Amino acid sequence: MIKGNFIDNLPKVYGIYTGGFLAFIIIMAIGEQMGMSAKLIGICFVAFTVFIYAIIGWLSRTAQADAYYVAGRQVPTVFNGMATAADWMSGASFVAMAGGIYFKGYGYMALLVGWTGGYVLVASLLAPYLRKFGCYTVPDFIGTRYGGNLARLCAVIVLTVASFTYVTAQINATGTIASVALDIPFQYAVYIGLVSILLCSMLGGMRGVTWTQVAQYIVLIVAYLLPVFWISNKIGAGFFPHFMLADEVARIADLEQQFGFVANSKENLALVPKGLAGITKAHSEVNATPWKFISLAICMMAGTASLPHVMMRYFTTPSVKAARKSVGWSLFFIFLLYSSAPMLATLSKLSLMDPSLPTGIIGKSIADVQAIDWYQNWNAANLMFVSDFNGNGTLELNEFFMGGKAVVLATPEIAGLPYVISGLVAAGGMAAAMSTADGLILAIANAISHDVYYKIIDPKAETAKRLVVARVLLVVIGFAGATIAAMEIQGILGSVIWAFDFAMSGLFFPLVLGVWWKRANREGAIAGMALGLITGTAYLVYLEAYNGAEILGIGQATFGIVGATVSLVAMVVVSLLTSEPNAATQRMVDEVRIPSGRTILGKQ
Amino acid sequence: MSKQAQHWEKTRGLLMITLAIWFVFSIGIFLFGAQMNEYTGPFGYPLTYWFTCQGSLGIFVILIFWFANRQEKIDEEFGFSERGED
Repeated sequence: MIKGNFIDNLPKVYGIYTGGFLAFIIIMAIGEQMGMSAKLIGICFVAFTVFIYAIIGWLSRTAQADAYYVAGRQVPTVFNGMATAADWMSGASFVAMAGGIYFKGYGYMALLVGWTGGYVLVASLLAPYLRKFGCYTVPDFIGTRYGGNLARLCAVIVLTVASFTYVTAQINATGTIASVALDIPFQYAVYIGLVSILLCSMLGGMRGVTWTQVAQYIVLIVAYLLPVFWISNKIGAGFFPHFMLADEVARIADLEQQFGFVANSKENLALVPKGLAGITKAHSEVNATPWKFISLAICMMAGTASLPHVMMRYFTTPSVKAARKSVGWSLFFIFLLYSSAPMLATLSKLSLMDPSLPTGIIGKSIADVQAIDWYQNWNAANLMFVSDFNGNGTLELNEFFMGGKAVVLATPEIAGLPYVISGLVAAGGMAAAMSTADGLILAIANAISHDVYYKIIDPKAETAKRLVVARVLLVVIGFAGATIAAMEIQGILGSVIWAFDFAMSGLFFPLVLGVWWKRANREGAIAGMALGLITGTAYLVYLEAYNGAEILGIGQATFGIVGATVSLVAMVVVSLLTSEPNAATQRMVDEVRIPSGRTILGKQ
Repeated sequence: MSKQAQHWEKTRGLLMITLAIWFVFSIGIFLFGAQMNEYTGPFGYPLTYWFTCQGSLGIFVILIFWFANRQEKIDEEFGFSERGED
């Protein structure tokens, strides 16, 4: 099925797949009506989807370097867009984003703007040129453009630091979902998650990851949009929520006024389980200073353009032209989910807050709320909590607490949707976390196997040996990530936002100037990568470990601004102080700038 | 000026326009977030709120497709476009 004219048949293959998936949802819904238990439905959803990904992974097995590293460079524009969207949208985007918007409002939505605006930089500054270069990995571009093993090694180090920060969070998310859905302890579920991830990528490398990511995108987008539309219709908010929730947003603002934001005392807050939060910020008001909002958006945008697992997806398109268009499609598919997250947050908040809705709990008596089924379930899962702080017997806005994940995971149940939707959401979260973990692990393993092993240690290695090394590394890195994830020190290591800051600190300017500034040379690039990463990390340590005061309002979420600024200055100064790149390198840059002709590396 | 230099000049021009539009909708308007939110935006949402959850995001999607088309035209003009389709 995967050979021959598979590429031509893609719309048909994925059309059948989508139809099959929808049929599966309907079968599960019928099963639920006939008395299938909630637990069994959850197991079926996760097991069935993971099984399908494993089959795709097995069908995509390959022994060719081109297929393993860049999927044979024949992934059509739209499908690469879907794969990139799945690669991009992590477990955090899927499970935590709506929750972040729900609790933090405007200040958090800088992430939405940043995580989409970054693609304009990808399309205009980098992707088409790196595609023309014809590299297998991002360090491959750095190593060839600037020359020398040291530059290559610096790029591998920045890539590994940024991607590894990101990947533990993803493996943790797969473990969490697997442990809930399959009802097994987290420590084991993490490794089940890991095995599922490796099934997709080990045999087929980039080719396997590409075709599973397309399948995972379809699952995750159905799982996200279906509940949003359903809830919106069910509570009568409008059949197309994105265009019709203005009244609901205004209604929330009225209710916020009516209930008021009462600050809780320290003693009271100490009673709330860790990780849960109450509604303390207005839903649609501007609640952050311009700099706070903009600095976070800048970091996410520059980070997007420097994260190698995204960039390498554009190495798989058939042409430079296709790479550009593909970035547009990627962002379109991401937009479908990102524009729905604020709508889900709105619907979720209204369902809980509005006393005129049957689901509204604010203003009800505490005893009544504590008797609700879903409250008891989610309270037991440590994701919901109420307490009568003022002792008046009714639940006030400041007496209700919820975990960020609950907005996505619990809203279907709160709104009274059948359990089949909750099972679907679990499968969607699993797909989102798995697809991102696959992209990240592959990015790290490929950089080490191609750039360190093949290009630096053993340039004469045969293809078969290279691919064995690549696969061994894949497993080793996966296990390292899973082991750290199993230790559950997520709060320290798992910050997804830090990954963007690390990538931006070390890679943004060396990548961009490599194309756009001919005068940039090896010494400058090495200084830019090394000093950028070191300064950015040092600033983070200064803030976190020594409780240092923020300089110019740059906090732990935006430390990339410090790193990237140092990187830019170091790169320009050192480049100008040392000799300009040789004629061959300058010709190479000229070549990169025009789309026609063979790739740079293809010529060697 | 060589063909290649002209091509690059036009490409750089397009980049500047693209980045200018990008700057306005990712950074520029949010300098005035609080003031803008007083107005009602499309579909009746508060204006800044609408930009953060739909407006800017949608504009970026359109911007990338517009950019890709313009760049293709520039490549064709100087005979640097690739043969074969995508």
